[in-house]
Amino acid sequence: MELNQLFMIAISVIFINNFILSRFLGLCPFIGVSKKTEPAFYMGLAVTFVMTASSVITWAVYIYLLEPFHIEYLRTLSFILVIASFVQLVEMFIQKTSPALYRAFGIYLALITTNCAVFGVAVLNSEMYLKTTGNPLKGLLFCATQGFFAGVGFTLVLLFMSGIRERLELCDVPGPMKNMPIAFIVAFLMSMAFMGFSGFRF
Amino acid sequence: MKKLLQEFSKGIFMENPTFRLALGLCPTLAVSTSVVNGLGMGVAATFVIVGSNVIISAIRNFIPGKIRIPCFIVIIATFVTIVELIMKAFLPALSNSLGIFVPLIVVNCIVLGRAEAFASRHGIVKSIFDGLGMGVGFTAALVIISAIREILGNGTIVGLMVARSFEPALLFILAPGALLVIGLLMGGINFLSEKK
Repeated sequence: MELNQLFMIAISVIFINNFILSRFLGLCPFIGVSKKTEPAFYMGLAVTFVMTASSVITWAVYIYLLEPFHIEYLRTLSFILVIASFVQLVEMFIQKTSPALYRAFGIYLALITTNCAVFGVAVLNSEMYLKTTGNPLKGLLFCATQGFFAGVGFTLVLLFMSGIRERLELCDVPGPMKNMPIAFIVAFLMSMAFMGFSGFRF
Repeated sequence: MKKLLQEFSKGIFMENPTFRLALGLCPTLAVSTSVVNGLGMGVAATFVIVGSNVIISAIRNFIPGKIRIPCFIVIIATFVTIVELIMKAFLPALSNSLGIFVPLIVVNCIVLGRAEAFASRHGIVKSIFDGLGMGVGFTAALVIISAIREILGNGTIVGLMVARSFEPALLFILAPGALLVIGLLMGGINFLSEKK
């Protein structure tokens, strides 16, 4: 039964409610880092990792700190602080332990702090699973799944976009439409294609 | 006075956060399904920008340079929480339709951008006008985009029907429509400014 629900969550956040194309979260890296495939891939990996980890951390903050003391209204403040300091910590840790990895990921980690997709997944988790599910461990499972697969969906769309934009370099785009406007038009077409998934019924 | 007006008007035209600087796109695209939503989001964001600008410029000499970003974020998050609570108490319908994008004002690049680029370097009065200008510019962009989407996608404007014989295209209310409208608007603005 639970596996069924987890599968539903995965399909939902990768395809039907894709974070970029239908929820509009994380558009800045989507437009900014999607010019080439390789950086887009690294960015996607970094976002997936941070999203999963921050889903778990914000779950703990919510269940063990906010709920027992009835200070749920401090959700925004505590979530953003925890996520920002977690990202800083990861950055420092990677810098110390593996300079090679830091060279590949460092700049993206810095960008992630203000990525609305990461904060968005934490808020969505708390709205969707933390208030309703009675069993906190079940909530943790749902939150982590949603965080991880939201990152997967993000990476997928970022890779598609970078592939298309690499080809687009060779095309003759009219002057005023160059760069950002044409990227939005491409995203429009992709978003229409992804809308086809919303007809899925299980 | 003239200088203050300059600070105010640059946010609306020359440095419009949405069309010129391409900041804060996520809420712009997500909530611009109707003019009421767009206006509500714009006013909420304006309040947060002005409030955080005032506080940050007031204590700018006490914040150590190295931890300024976390300090800014705490101040911004405080104002966002204020907006969240007020909206839930007095405008529950608007709060429902904006959904998670009210708490998401905290990661809106415009707010942090103004704190970092302007409020931490200028006096309080100047920062108020800068925040107001940016907020009004953001609101104006939101209202323009949401008006286009509401007319084309729903056949109404601020809830009033435009024309009886007009057959609305639902696509513009849905997610793809937002991307199409902003892409074409940006292209159009580039075209006009190149012509000049």
